[in-house]
Amino acid sequence: MTAPLLSIRDLRTWFYTEAGVARAVDGVSFDIGSGETLGIVGESGCGKSVTALSILRLIQPPGRIEQGSVIEFEGKDLVTLGDDEIRDIRGNRISMIFQEPMSALNPVFMVGDQVAEVARVHARVSRKDAWDRAVEMLALTGIPDAEARARQYPHQLSGGMRQRVLIAMALMMKPALVIADEPTTALDVTIQAQILDLLVDLQKKIGTAILMITHDLGVIAETASRVIVMYAGEVVEQAEVDELFAKPHHPYTEGLMHSMPHIGHDQERLNVIPGTVPAPTEWPAGCRFRERCPYSWDLCDREHPPLYQIGSGHVSRCHLAIEPGRRNHPHPPLVVKAGVAAA
Amino acid sequence: MLRYIAQRLAQAAVIVAIVAAITFALIHLAPGDPFSAVMDNPNVSETVRQTLRAQYGLDRPLPEQFVRYVSSLAHGELGWSFSHERPVREVLGRALPNTLLLMGVALVGSFTLGILIALIQVARRGSVTDQVLSGLSLFFFSMPDFWLAILALLTFTYWLPIFPVGGAVDPVMHEYLGLGGRLVDRLRHLALPALTLTVLASAAVARYQRAALLDVLPADYIRTARLKGLTEREILRRHALRNALLPIISLVGLSFPALLTGAFFVEKIFAWPGMGYAVVNAIGTRDYPLVVGGVIIGSIMVTLGSLLSDLLYALADPRLRSH
Repeated sequence: MTAPLLSIRDLRTWFYTEAGVARAVDGVSFDIGSGETLGIVGESGCGKSVTALSILRLIQPPGRIEQGSVIEFEGKDLVTLGDDEIRDIRGNRISMIFQEPMSALNPVFMVGDQVAEVARVHARVSRKDAWDRAVEMLALTGIPDAEARARQYPHQLSGGMRQRVLIAMALMMKPALVIADEPTTALDVTIQAQILDLLVDLQKKIGTAILMITHDLGVIAETASRVIVMYAGEVVEQAEVDELFAKPHHPYTEGLMHSMPHIGHDQERLNVIPGTVPAPTEWPAGCRFRERCPYSWDLCDREHPPLYQIGSGHVSRCHLAIEPGRRNHPHPPLVVKAGVAAA
Repeated sequence: MLRYIAQRLAQAAVIVAIVAAITFALIHLAPGDPFSAVMDNPNVSETVRQTLRAQYGLDRPLPEQFVRYVSSLAHGELGWSFSHERPVREVLGRALPNTLLLMGVALVGSFTLGILIALIQVARRGSVTDQVLSGLSLFFFSMPDFWLAILALLTFTYWLPIFPVGGAVDPVMHEYLGLGGRLVDRLRHLALPALTLTVLASAAVARYQRAALLDVLPADYIRTARLKGLTEREILRRHALRNALLPIISLVGLSFPALLTGAFFVEKIFAWPGMGYAVVNAIGTRDYPLVVGGVIIGSIMVTLGSLLSDLLYALADPRLRSH
């Protein structure tokens, strides 16, 4: 394998709050290859969005990327890069798409100008050229009558249209990497599939890599080739998509799979993993999933599990790797019906 | 849009009418009248005063006087100024341009200065510069206008006499100056009253603008702007300021009355021959028509100012433009 496009080693992004130090991202490492789509999945508060923002150094105080963290991209360490150099990368080599297409666009500027601005910052082209490129890009994202749409304001567009505008903005400079943070969560279900198809389609045309951040395993299955599962600020499992869906190893991953609603199954209530993610200011000493894990035993209390090699390209942060037999011991259910857990 | 403007103008007319009626009542209820206050001369006998009062209809019951005043208004007449011995229209017509000049300079100056100060503060938020500027703006925000005017007068005309004491032009020399000299003379007379008003109003603008900018900065579209690779300065000036200016546009309308009343006192102190100077003096001499006339013009300015700022707001915010 050639050198990866992006290589993250021991990323720690901590927030110094009044309630204590929140270790939102706590020692995350992974690679993304050129043109690859890597999925990051996990529930709210697991640190996936903070990981994304850390890559572009968009963490605002009291948050801070800790010393020793390394984010290597095209031969540069983004963590120690100067302000001018990181700005050169933002929107140009790495761009990002957010969850909220309404609030991510400036309400007082025409959408065409907002897309064109990217070219004016990075390509040093004239106002007219930037506008033409913006219209071209908007058309490429499937916006009908792009020339006229470009002259509209965000409030005049539907949610799906706005997300297309943001995608046009993100792909304007043909970046090497696009970070998509829950790009479809705020959209109607019918639009969601369209937007995902569009992303995959444009990825093929431009050859960009995508870091797909989502809580939705369905989105992962549809777009990603490799997937990382995050829990409590850590990577808990990493595998090829097919491998992960076929043989999930970490109990948290297993729980996520069992929580997915299935069409055709008569389910009155959705399945949930009982309990909640512990507060990031007080991660437990041993395994961070221990409290919610039906298989846990005394070792999980004592020792923080390392990432065990499970198979080719498959790692899992679970002591079951050394005592696989315990999975078959009698244990309480991994997931319960929603509503029951609260009682 | 036209319907909206027509509605607002109708509202404005009602407001002006009410203000005129209240002012009319208040000034007539104040003790004394034009012929007791102005002519304190003991040589003018009480009979002469009575004759004068009867001549001007001031011996009539108040409601009757009011009706007569309103009917003269309906004919476009603001009445006769007793103290200036000229029609009120003429007195105010001469004073209004001076007030508009003073207020215009103060309005443009204070919003420019206030917005600049806020931008500097927000660009260095939390720094010593930010804190010092916040302290200063609070200081001037809390200071009464007449007090600052007197301080400025004392400082720059007495202790450090670099500006003329009062008036709009030099009473003697102005006539003999060339075009350039006249301009300089005007500017020198304008400097102190305009500066006083500008400093006071800009303190308010800076405080509002700083808060509005800080409100806007956490917005998602600011993060988007950062993501594009814009510098913090570009983000502040383009993306944040454009949104944070919207609430400030309303402030233009709101600051109009404050600036006008401020101008009244400041004009009085610097003997600036504007509406405020004329009206404040008219109150002392119980020049009823001039007081009411001045207040009518003032309230027209205020209502038009607020209409104008609302229209500006709608123009600046694309979300409101279509309505």
